[in-house]
Amino acid sequence: MKFSDQFEQRFAEMLTHYPTKRSVLVPTLLFVQDEVGYLSDEVIEEIAQRLDLTELEVRNVISYYSMLTTRPRGKYNVQVCTNIACLLRGGEELLEHCETKLGIGHKGTTADGLFSLEEVECIGACSWAPAAQVNYDFHENLTVHKMDKVLDEYKKRATQ
Amino acid sequence: MTDLVSHPDEVRVVSKRFGKGATNIDRYLELDGYKAVQKALGMQPDVIVNEVKNSGLRGRGGAGFNTGMKWSFVPKQSAKPKYVLCNGDESEPGTCKDRLIFEHDPHAVIEGVMIAGFAVGSTTGYIYIRGEYRYLLEIMQKAIGDAYARGFLGKNIFGSGRNFDIYWHGGAGAYEVGEESALMESLEGKRGIPRIRPPFPAVVGLWGGPTVINNAETLASVPHIILGGADWFANLGPPKNGGTRLFCLSGHVERPGVYELPMGYNLKKMIYEVGGGIPNGHKLKAVVPGGSSCPLLTADEVDVSMDFDSMMKAGSMLGSGGVVICDDTTCMVKFALRIMKFYRHESCGWCIPCREGTDWLEKTLTRFHSGGGLKKDIDNIQYLSENMLGRTFCPLGDAAAMPTISIVKKFRKEFEDHLQGRPCPFEKEGKIEQLPVMAV
Amino acid sequence: MADVNITIDGKKVAAPAGTLLIEACKNVGIEVPSFCYYPNLSLQGACRMCLVKVEKMPKLQTACTTVISEGMIVTTNSDEIHQARKSMVELLLGNHPLDCPVCDAGGECELQDMAFSYGAAESKYMEPKNHKEEQQWSPVVYFDRPRCILCYRCVRVCGEGMDVWALGVQNRGVSSIIAPNREDHLQCEECGMCIDICPVGALTSGAYRYKTRPWEMKHVGTTCTHCADGCKTTLAVRRADTGMEIVRGDNRDKSGINGDFLCIKGRYAFDFAHHAERLAQPLIRKEGRLTPSTWEEAFELIGRRFTEIRDRDGGQAIGVVGSNRTTNEESYLLQKFSRLVLQTHNIDHHRTADFPAFAAALSGKPDSTASMRDVFNAPAILLIGSDPTEQHPLLAWQIRNNVRLHRARLYVFNSQAIKLRRQATAFMQISAGMEGKLAAFLSGEESSVEALVSQAISRDAWIALRDKLRSEQGLVIIFGSELRGSDISSLVKFGSGIKEAKFVCLGDYSNSRGAADMGLYPDLLPGYHRVTDAGKFHDHWVAMPQAAGLTLPAMVDSATAGKLKGWYVVGANPIGRLAIDPFAFSRSFVVAQDMFLTETAVIADVVLPAANAYEKSGTFTNTCGDLQLVKKAGELTGTKSDFEIIVRIADAMGYDIGKLVPFGRGITADMGQSRGAQSGEADRHAVWLEAHGLEPKMSPFDPMAILDEIQRLVLGYEVSRMDLLAGNDQHTTLSGGGGGALHDPNLIVPAHDDLFSSGTLGRYSRILNSVIENRHKQPEETEVAAD
Ligand SMILES: Cc1cc2nc3c(=O)[nH]c(=O)nc-3n(C[C@H](O)[C@H](O)[C@H](O)COP(=O)(O)O)c2cc1C
Ligand code: SF4
Ligand code: FES
Repeated sequence: MKFSDQFEQRFAEMLTHYPTKRSVLVPTLLFVQDEVGYLSDEVIEEIAQRLDLTELEVRNVISYYSMLTTRPRGKYNVQVCTNIACLLRGGEELLEHCETKLGIGHKGTTADGLFSLEEVECIGACSWAPAAQVNYDFHENLTVHKMDKVLDEYKKRATQ
Repeated sequence: MTDLVSHPDEVRVVSKRFGKGATNIDRYLELDGYKAVQKALGMQPDVIVNEVKNSGLRGRGGAGFNTGMKWSFVPKQSAKPKYVLCNGDESEPGTCKDRLIFEHDPHAVIEGVMIAGFAVGSTTGYIYIRGEYRYLLEIMQKAIGDAYARGFLGKNIFGSGRNFDIYWHGGAGAYEVGEESALMESLEGKRGIPRIRPPFPAVVGLWGGPTVINNAETLASVPHIILGGADWFANLGPPKNGGTRLFCLSGHVERPGVYELPMGYNLKKMIYEVGGGIPNGHKLKAVVPGGSSCPLLTADEVDVSMDFDSMMKAGSMLGSGGVVICDDTTCMVKFALRIMKFYRHESCGWCIPCREGTDWLEKTLTRFHSGGGLKKDIDNIQYLSENMLGRTFCPLGDAAAMPTISIVKKFRKEFEDHLQGRPCPFEKEGKIEQLPVMAV
Repeated sequence: MADVNITIDGKKVAAPAGTLLIEACKNVGIEVPSFCYYPNLSLQGACRMCLVKVEKMPKLQTACTTVISEGMIVTTNSDEIHQARKSMVELLLGNHPLDCPVCDAGGECELQDMAFSYGAAESKYMEPKNHKEEQQWSPVVYFDRPRCILCYRCVRVCGEGMDVWALGVQNRGVSSIIAPNREDHLQCEECGMCIDICPVGALTSGAYRYKTRPWEMKHVGTTCTHCADGCKTTLAVRRADTGMEIVRGDNRDKSGINGDFLCIKGRYAFDFAHHAERLAQPLIRKEGRLTPSTWEEAFELIGRRFTEIRDRDGGQAIGVVGSNRTTNEESYLLQKFSRLVLQTHNIDHHRTADFPAFAAALSGKPDSTASMRDVFNAPAILLIGSDPTEQHPLLAWQIRNNVRLHRARLYVFNSQAIKLRRQATAFMQISAGMEGKLAAFLSGEESSVEALVSQAISRDAWIALRDKLRSEQGLVIIFGSELRGSDISSLVKFGSGIKEAKFVCLGDYSNSRGAADMGLYPDLLPGYHRVTDAGKFHDHWVAMPQAAGLTLPAMVDSATAGKLKGWYVVGANPIGRLAIDPFAFSRSFVVAQDMFLTETAVIADVVLPAANAYEKSGTFTNTCGDLQLVKKAGELTGTKSDFEIIVRIADAMGYDIGKLVPFGRGITADMGQSRGAQSGEADRHAVWLEAHGLEPKMSPFDPMAILDEIQRLVLGYEVSRMDLLAGNDQHTTLSGGGGGALHDPNLIVPAHDDLFSSGTLGRYSRILNSVIENRHKQPEETEVAAD
C-alpha cells in the first residue's frame, strides 16, 4: 500500500523511538486512518506486516480504541460530547439538533458522505461546555445556533 | 485556543505562563525556562527526590500519592533501562487541565519529565497524549523538536555530559488507558488492559524496565519546586498537600473555567466566589468534586477544604480536579445514568464485575429513568455497585461504583420519585418510555 | 527453593517460595474457585472468583495472582468472600442465556458448578440479555458468544500452549468478544484445545455437539491410533445399532503423557470407525468377485490354502506384511505365527524409521532413550530433521512448553524453516540431504563441516555451535527419518560425549516402534535379535526356519517372478501407500485383513473385516518407547480383532494354539474388553477376582496372555505390569536388545502425513477431510465493531 511521504517519514521516525516495533501501533493506526479515512483490510494487512504482527492482533487493538474505525465515515466526523459537564449545559439537545439537522443518528453518515455523527464521551472541554469536535477541531461553548454555523462552515469548505 | 479565565484568589504556579506565548522556546526561556533542568543537573538524584518529597507534591492524576515517595521506589540499579512516562491521557469526565498545560506550556512538561529522569536515573521519557488532543500532539512534537535543536534534549545536554531523550506518543480514544498500567500496555502497542500488580511500574514497567508514571500537571509542577524550593511549595497548601491545583469548574456555574488555586481552597468559596455562583437564580444541588469517579457531595457538604485529606474525610476524593456543579434542575437519576453509561463504554472488559456490572447498571438505570423502575431496583443498584466496589481488576470498577453508591444514598428520594409509571420529574415533556420486555 | 510458611484457614502450610496462593491452597486440599486461572498458562486475575482475605490487605485479594510470602495469614471462606464470589456468578448469569438444557457443556460446566456452590439462584436481572448469533468458525469449532464468560483460557492455550495465536479479544467492555483470526472463521491447527479448556459451552465441537448428554456416555481411556506420539485419549462411547459408537475424544482428566494436549486427529478423527464403507463381513473372491461370506468359510479356506502352499512350496513361498497400527501383542503374534506356523521369515512392514540401526547404535548403552515426559523436562533439546508440529504434534507441544515453562534451550537443524524454530535458541537451516553430514560433523568428523558451511553459517559458527552442544548436560537428541543407518551411529557417538544425553528416533505411525520392537522384520526377531543368532528364542521356537527371510521389496520381486504364492497382509496397504505394482499380487493367494476395501484389499482373494485400535485391547509403544495400554472403546458388529483372526487362522491350519498363545497361566486376565463386554460384566468379575487374590483364567484370544511372553522375551519390555495396567505409561528401552542391524536405508519410506492426514485411515475420516477443505475458505464481510 502506498501512503503519503509525510506519513512514511513520521512512521520511520517513530520506529526509532521505541525498543519494540509494535509500540508504534496505536498512533500509527490513527495517522493512517487520517489519511485513508478508515482502517481498511489492506491497511490492516500492511500495518500487520510492517510491524510483524498478525492481522488478528492489529484488529484486536483497533477494536479496543474508540477513535479507530474499520468502516468508512463522512468527510467530517461530528462528535458531540454528552458527558456530565456537557449534559448539564445542553449537550444532549445539541446532539439531538445535529441528528435532526443531518438526518442521521449515532455513528450514521449522511448520504452525500459529508458528515458522520457520533455521540462521544468527555473530550476534555468541560469548562467550555457544551462542546463538540469535528474531526480534530474543537468547538466549544456551543449553542444550537452556533452549531448550525459550524456545520454550514464545513459544508461550505467541502464545496470549495 | 481555549478561553482563559482569571480570579484574584488564584496563585499561578503551573499556569504562570498560560497565555504568554511560552510554546515559543525563546519566549519560554525568557520566562525562566530550562532553569530548573539546569539546576537539577547539578543536584544529586537523592536530593531531587527528597526535595519533591518534602514539597508535599501529590499526584494530580487522581490518586494523590506523594510524588517524591513514588520516585523513591524506583530501584537504583536496574539491568533494564528505566523510563519516565508522562500521563497526558486526560479523560476523566469533568477534567480539562492537562490540555491547557500542553497547549500553553509544553516545555514545562518536558522539564518535569527530565527532572524526574534525573531523580530516578532514567534517560528516556515518553509523553502520552490522548488521541482527541491532536493539536496538542503537534505542539508537543514541535516543543520537543525545538528542545533537541537547542541541545536541551539529546546527547550532552547543557554540556553536562548527560543524555536525555523524550518522545511524544498519541492515544486513540480510551479512558482506561489513563490507568497507569493500561497506559504502558497502550504505549507498547497493545489493548489497554491493565496489568497485574505487583509488580508495580516503579519496579517492572515499560518493556519490563522500572518506570515512573506521573500526570502531566504533576510533572509540570516539578520545575517550579526545583526553582522555588520544597518549603515554598509545601507552604502554598495545608500540611502534606503542597502547592496549587488546576481546578476545572464546569456545569451550572456562572463563570466556568480552569482556575489555579492553592491546595485546600474552600469548595463553597470556589463555587460562589471564583465561579460566580449558580446561574439563573437556581440553587446548588450537588457537586462532583474531582472528576466523575468521586462520590458526589450535596449542597450541604460543600463547605470543605479542597485537599486530598480533607476530601477523604468528607467521604469523597480530590481526584483529578474536575469540579462539576449541578443545580436543582438536575435529575440525579439521569446524572447517575450518564456516569454509568460512560463507565460501561469505557470498561476494558477484562474482569467480570466491571464488565458485567457497568452494563447491568446502565441498563437498569436507563429503564429506571424512563419510567420503568421498580422499588427493588433501587436496592439492586446499590447491591450491584457495592459488589463491584473493591473487587475489580483495576480501579475503574470502583470509579463506576463510588458515584453511583453516593447518588443512591444521598438522593434516594429522587429515585423514589421516578418509580414505575411516573415520568421523570425533571424533563419538560416528561415522557415515559416503554417498559422492557422482560419486566416482571 | 526454600519453603515459605503461611497459614490458610488456620492451617499451617509450607510451600516453596514463588508458589501461587491458589496452588498452595490446592496442595492442602482447600479448593479456591476460579475460572480464568489455569495451571501453566499466564495469569489473568480476570474472573475474580478466587478472592480471598489476606491479613493486612485492605481489599480481598486474588489467590491466583498472589505469590505466597512468609507469615501470610489467609482466609479462604467467610461471609464476605462468599458474597463476593456469589456476586461474580450473579453478574455472569445476568447476560448468560441459561440454555443449559440444550448446551453441550450441561453437566460438565464450571459455571453451573459455581452457581450451585454459591447459590446464585435468584435472578435480579430483568433486562433483555445481550444476544449474538452462534458462529461456526471451522468444521470442528463453534462459538456461542452469550455463553462465553471471557476467561481467556482459549486465547491463552491457543497462543501460549500451541503457538498458533488464532484467537484474540475484539472490542472492549461488555462488547468484548473472543475472535478468530480470519474474521469469521479460524485458520489454525484445529487442535480443539480451546474447546476442551472452555469451562462453559461457549466453544463446542462440531464433531460432538447436540449428540448426547455427558452422563449418557461411558468413558474409556486409551491410546490414540494416529501418529507415533501415543497421546492418551479418553473416548466417550454410547450404544448404537451396530455396536458401540464413539462420540467424543478428549483428555479431560489430563492423566496421560500428553496432559491436556490432543491434536485434531486424537480429538476428532475417531470417526473413520463409523465410516459407511467399514467392512463388517468377510469377503471371498468367487468367480472373480469379492462375495460376502461367513467367518467359518473364510477361516477354512485360508487355513487350507496356506497349509497347501507351505507344505508344497515351503514357507518361503508365503509373504507376510504386518502393520504399524496393530497392537504390540498382535504384531508379536503375527511374526510368531509367520515364523512358527507359516514357517517363513518373509515378514516385513512399512518402515518409517530406522529403529534397527538405532537399536544397534544403542546396544550396550543403558538408559539412553528419552521418554515423552523427558522431552518436557529436559534442560536442552537438539532436534534434527522432521517437522514435529506437523508430524509429531505432542512432541512439538512438549518441546514448545518445555521452552516456555522451563526455559529449555532448543537447537533446531532442519532443511525447512519449521515452526519450532520460533522456540529455538539456535535454528540452523541446512540443505536437504545434509543431515547425515551434520551427524558426522557433530560426531567429530571435521571434514564434514564443508558440506554444511553456507553464507549464513560459517565454519566457525558451526564449530562454536558444536562446542555449545557438547557443553550441554542432559541433552535430549531427537531425529527424524532423515537420519538412517550409519548416520544414527554417528549421532549416538556424538551423544555419548555428552553427560546424560538421551535419544528419540521418530517413526510415523501409532505403533511403528512397536512393530519394529516386536520384530516385523525378515532378519530380526522381537527385541532386534538376529534370526541367525536368536539366543533364547531358539529355545522356545525350536521349529523356526534357520535363514533370514525376504524384505518387502524382495517379496514383491519373488511374487512377480512367480515364486511367492501366498500373501498375508495384516492392517497394511502396500499398494496404496508404498506404490507397489498390484501385479505382484495377481498370481498369488492373497489374504487381506483390514477395515476398508483398500487398494490392496480390493485385489485380495479373501478380505477379513478387522477391528481397529479403538475396538480392541493391548498395548502400543510410541516413538519414544513409552508403552501404554490400548483399551477397547467402540465396537462394530461383525468384525474381529487382528489377534483373534490370527489365532483362528493358526487353528484352521491345525496348529496347537497353546503353543502360540500361552494362555491360562498369566497373572492377569483380559478385562473383558477384547470380548466386547461393554456391559462391564467381565470387568466386574476381573476386579472381584483380583480383589480376592484369585487368578483369573485367560482365554487364547486374550492379548494379555501374550504380553506375558513379550515381557519375558523382549528386552526392554520388563516394565511394571501393575503400573501399566493402572493406566501409566512405562518407558521401554532399546539398549538391552539383540543388537539390531544395519539395513538398506532405502527401505525406509516416510509416511509424509501432516496434521490433517493419517495414512489410509485419514482418508476415511469425514472430519479430517472437511477440515482440509475448509482451510481454503476466505473471510466474509466483517461485523461492525462495538460502539
Ligand atoms: C480508570 C483510570 C483512569 C485514569 N486516567 C488518568 C488520566 O487520564 N490521567 C492521569 O494522569 N491519571 C489517570 N489515572 C491515574 C493513573 O493511574 C495514575 O495514578 C497517575 O497517572 C499517576 O500520576 P500522578 O501520581 O502524578 O497522579 C487513571 C486511573 C484510573 C484507575
Ligand atoms: S470461549 Fe470459553 S474459554 Fe474462551 S473466554 Fe469464553 S468462556 Fe473462556
Ligand atoms: S482465578 Fe483468580 S481472578 Fe480468575
